[in-house]
Amino acid sequence: MSNIQKAFEHGKAFIAFLTCGDPDLPTTAAAVRAAVENGADLIELGIPFSDPTAEGPVIQGANVRALKGGVTTDKIFAFVRELRRDVKVPMVFMTYANVVFSYGAGRFLSACRDIGIDGLILPDLPYEEKEEFQPVCSQYGVDLISLVAPTSENRIAMIAKEAEGFLYIVSSLGVTGTRSEIRTDIASMVGIVRQNTKIPCAVGFGISTPEQAKNMADLSDGAIVGSAIVRLLEKYGREAPEHIGRYVKSMKDAMKS
Amino acid sequence: MTNPSGRFGVHGGQYIPETLMNAVIELEEAYNHYKNDAEFQRELSTLFNEYAGRPSRLYHAEKMTKDLGGAKIYLKREDLNHTGAHKINNVLGQALLAKKMGKTRLIAETGAGQHGVATATAAALMGMECVVFMGEEDTVRQALNVYRMRLLGARVVPVRTGTATLKDAVSEAMREWTSRVNDTHYCLGSVMGPHPFPTIVRDFQAVISKEIREQLLAKEGRLPDAVLACVGGGSNAIGSFYHFIGDESVRLIGCEAAGRGVDTFETAATIATGRLGIFHGMKSYFCQNQDGQIAPVYSISAGLDYPGIGPEHAHLHDIGRAEYVPVTDEEAVRAFEYLAKTEGIIPAIESAHAVAHAMKIAPAMDKDRIVVITVSGRGDKDCAAIARYRGEDIHE
Repeated sequence: MSNIQKAFEHGKAFIAFLTCGDPDLPTTAAAVRAAVENGADLIELGIPFSDPTAEGPVIQGANVRALKGGVTTDKIFAFVRELRRDVKVPMVFMTYANVVFSYGAGRFLSACRDIGIDGLILPDLPYEEKEEFQPVCSQYGVDLISLVAPTSENRIAMIAKEAEGFLYIVSSLGVTGTRSEIRTDIASMVGIVRQNTKIPCAVGFGISTPEQAKNMADLSDGAIVGSAIVRLLEKYGREAPEHIGRYVKSMKDAMKS
Repeated sequence: MTNPSGRFGVHGGQYIPETLMNAVIELEEAYNHYKNDAEFQRELSTLFNEYAGRPSRLYHAEKMTKDLGGAKIYLKREDLNHTGAHKINNVLGQALLAKKMGKTRLIAETGAGQHGVATATAAALMGMECVVFMGEEDTVRQALNVYRMRLLGARVVPVRTGTATLKDAVSEAMREWTSRVNDTHYCLGSVMGPHPFPTIVRDFQAVISKEIREQLLAKEGRLPDAVLACVGGGSNAIGSFYHFIGDESVRLIGCEAAGRGVDTFETAATIATGRLGIFHGMKSYFCQNQDGQIAPVYSISAGLDYPGIGPEHAHLHDIGRAEYVPVTDEEAVRAFEYLAKTEGIIPAIESAHAVAHAMKIAPAMDKDRIVVITVSGRGDKDCAAIARYRGEDIHE
């Protein structure tokens, strides 16, 4: 069974996203530990990309800061290896297809296995192109996470049937970023997912408040939060980890209520 | 050349967010229907002929031929099209298709502004809303085109992310499309992006080589020995090559923007300096660093200032059917000035890259050889920038 399932074994999962190296790797490490100590069940680590076409302005900014700080794929592998000594929750990488392709899929995924990365999210790799990396992911036991979007409609069943790890439900049209309200009919999307797979599903894109986290988690198996956390890094820089800890706690508490 | 999954050899594909998948599938289905629809083709021909001014002239550049002293030179005058460039061919096709699909809004990226102007023009003609994304740096380099787009009723959004040039404008247009797919068609301006765009754009631009072929057969009774065109994403080049791909005797030469030289970091010559990657929805060659981060490219020409090349070009390169050569800023500027003085034709600085390479190869060719250069656009938009390049401080 996938290690990722462990994130969903203690009630609704809170999934925290951070960009590695924003503003530097020691801050990312402290932020991950603060999130985990305060209840984060799964950590999504972004490997920055120069042109993140699925991201809104907040995470684009994190990518710019991280690359400016000189972070590279190899430095991130060394960083995760170190982090894994005490961080036990499942961790996945989120990046763009070219970062993996350029490194060499085999080299990249064998490194993922060695350092304890459980899954890979590539927002520019839809169902039709997953053969690019799926065989290598399977070879190294890393789950290739699938996404479904509000426009997926007739595609949800097909995607869910072959999904592994957890299914990422994109809550809204557009790019990542906080939204004042989520209008998509998440319940009916989850309904189709449930009919087609046993793996858990979590909702992301646009979630920032404890109330939204609770609502989305009530409808699914968890909530994914990125931009709201990255905004704390943007605002507080190296002082952000303690703020992130408090924020994660408030989200997690709301999801339990 | 396209296989069913939208591949050209290993290149192409659909590397886009799930949010856009149904939109590109819907586009492919609509295109497959309308490309064989007689009424659609009749409407498109009427737009091409009555509105855009096709067919464009194939002009024998007699003075240039004599001056260079080698091959006989013909210019395919896409600069004479309405809006002043080849971009209108693709835009009229896509706007008509979008309209048939029930879309009411066109979005587009633009580098030099020619595709943005063409899209704004088609939107005005067909009564559609239009939003154009343009790198902030390019809005400064091409201020006149920004005004033209606004005059035509479009909203121009300056893009400040990344290098604030063409690649960032493409990224921002893709982001906008994911936020509004129902009523919006992304009118992509080159033979790039996810399938089916490279095929659709090529088919609409293929009118260029269809005409060259007919016109040259009428004038000379034979095919050309070489066809030259500039390549950024590569739409005018693939349009110029397409109907000659099966004729092995015709050399197909794409001229890339080398900027300050392929041995510097200030270049946009993808085939010369890039390597295989996945970006903007396609697998192809890209200028990138060892971690796969897309390189900030440079060219004097805003229209060729793109770190990738269309997947069909990448394939034609792989199989050796087309050649891709780098041309520097300095060579392009000299060709820009040369064509103005020799033939009284001011080419777009993009097209001047093709003229420059022809100036290198034509003198060594026999007089009975024929070279066709596609002049993809007119150079009025570039005059201020070239004057500044030559040290004259003029502003529009």
